[in-house]
Amino acid sequence: MSKILVIAEHLNGKLNSSTARAVSAAAAIKPDAIDVLVLADNVDAIASDAAKIEGVSRVLTIARAENAHPLAAVLAPQIAKAAAGYSHVFAPSTTFGKDVLPRVAALLGVAQVSDVMSVEGSHAFKRPIYAGNAIITVEADAGSTVVATIRTASWAAAASGTNNAPVEALSVDVTLPSHTRFVELQSGKSDRPDLQSANKVVSGGRGVGSKENFDIIYKFADKIGAAVGASRAAVDAGYVPSDLQVGQTGKIIAPELYMAIGISGAIQHLTGIKDAGTIVAINKDGEAPIFEIADIGLVGDLFKIIPELEAAIG
Amino acid sequence: MKILVGYKRVVDYNVRIQVKPDGTGVVTDGVKLSANPFDDIALEEALRLREKGIAEEVVVVGIGPADLTAHLRNGLAMGANRAIHVVTGDAVQPLTAARVFQKLIEKEQPGLVILGKQAIDDDANQTGQMLAALWDRPQATFASKVEIANGKATVTREVDAGLEVIEAELPAVITTDLRLNEPRFIKLPDIMKAKSKPIDTIEFASLGVEANDHLKTTHYTAPAKRSKGVMVKDAAELVAALKQKGLL
Repeated sequence: MSKILVIAEHLNGKLNSSTARAVSAAAAIKPDAIDVLVLADNVDAIASDAAKIEGVSRVLTIARAENAHPLAAVLAPQIAKAAAGYSHVFAPSTTFGKDVLPRVAALLGVAQVSDVMSVEGSHAFKRPIYAGNAIITVEADAGSTVVATIRTASWAAAASGTNNAPVEALSVDVTLPSHTRFVELQSGKSDRPDLQSANKVVSGGRGVGSKENFDIIYKFADKIGAAVGASRAAVDAGYVPSDLQVGQTGKIIAPELYMAIGISGAIQHLTGIKDAGTIVAINKDGEAPIFEIADIGLVGDLFKIIPELEAAIG
Repeated sequence: MKILVGYKRVVDYNVRIQVKPDGTGVVTDGVKLSANPFDDIALEEALRLREKGIAEEVVVVGIGPADLTAHLRNGLAMGANRAIHVVTGDAVQPLTAARVFQKLIEKEQPGLVILGKQAIDDDANQTGQMLAALWDRPQATFASKVEIANGKATVTREVDAGLEVIEAELPAVITTDLRLNEPRFIKLPDIMKAKSKPIDTIEFASLGVEANDHLKTTHYTAPAKRSKGVMVKDAAELVAALKQKGLL
């Protein structure tokens, strides 16, 4: 019988939608229970968000001052203790989950399944390797806890609002290390939709040419209510900050509409957008690899095309 | 201070991966192999710390078959002082790799271990975090900037929300992200010099690490292909197509 513990991701007192995606993956196992674990300094608002997610049986909270920031070395021993009695421990495969969950797995002495795309059984999963150029089916040991990160782009967020799961404070007896300290988070404050969960994303690449030129991408994104992304080349060239990078080592996203502008389409970038609903490519080079996977392609100069698009949209 | 660097050999990042028709693996015969790009970045960072006088010795570690020697020589040619080759013919999963590093740490007592954040073959992104747990030391993953002073590392990490800065007391494990540095190219005289640098060979079996395939891979498939799309001739056609799909 399966009992799944899902680790909640949150920032600034708000639950991240990646958590509800991990709950969807948990529900695919058809378990007896899905409990969400919230580790924070102030847990109430986050826990009440988590309690609304459909399929959640209970929300467990560990409120400690040390949990104010997501330090893997601090969170992992608490999660490992809380995992007792659970058959599975899931977290979203975001930088949060990727950082903390392998540490939990090692404390439990078990392997981790990274980036679960689909559930094939209670202990069998599909996951991508080689930047998504091959998909493997892996079987975890039936006698051990299954520790897995969930590839958020493969799972729709579980519905929210219908549920009212009980919230229970959990106390775990564990000494926390003080060898790792949070200093600061430098975050580009933006009113634009969040790249990871946006329905529409407009991305720019090397073809945009400069940091100043990137304004045309921001402006167009704002016009259609899209989040802004970028290729590795654009980030490396300093046009945009690193948290906008889409691809194998950046964010893996699945918006309904993805517009790649001035992006040639290296394999590593395509990995990050394969699950998008509709991919639009605008590039002056008609031979660019991006056109091989684009649903709609337009060859031409982006600096001419974008104003025309804005005019045509009205 | 001594720095241990993980130096894995993988299928070169430019190779187009093909899944074998019978689903038993990917084609690796005759395919170009190179250092994992994130491991080159790890080695470069260690070398820079040595050049700044913060570290005295940089040791590259490889786990793999007998012919891994040539790959480790590349690490030595790039500038590592010596190499440790843990010899095994079997593929090694992250938890096993972390346990191997834990054994080497007991012997080598490094002040810092730098690993790539992920290997571009299995894309697991686990070994550094697992090692830090087994070693009970700090981890600073996805590093894009590292400063070492007063017995601690101040590390800027590339996270989804932006750039996070943390402080970690040494010894610690750091895993590298792409923008930490640009690895140097190997020069011909360095290749000659590397020939005289030592490679310690350790049989995997002698380490007392349980050789266990924790996860069994039962099948390989090629990813679902996106069907070929359409080309439009101008902005007006594009907007019309997107409106028809209800996307604008």
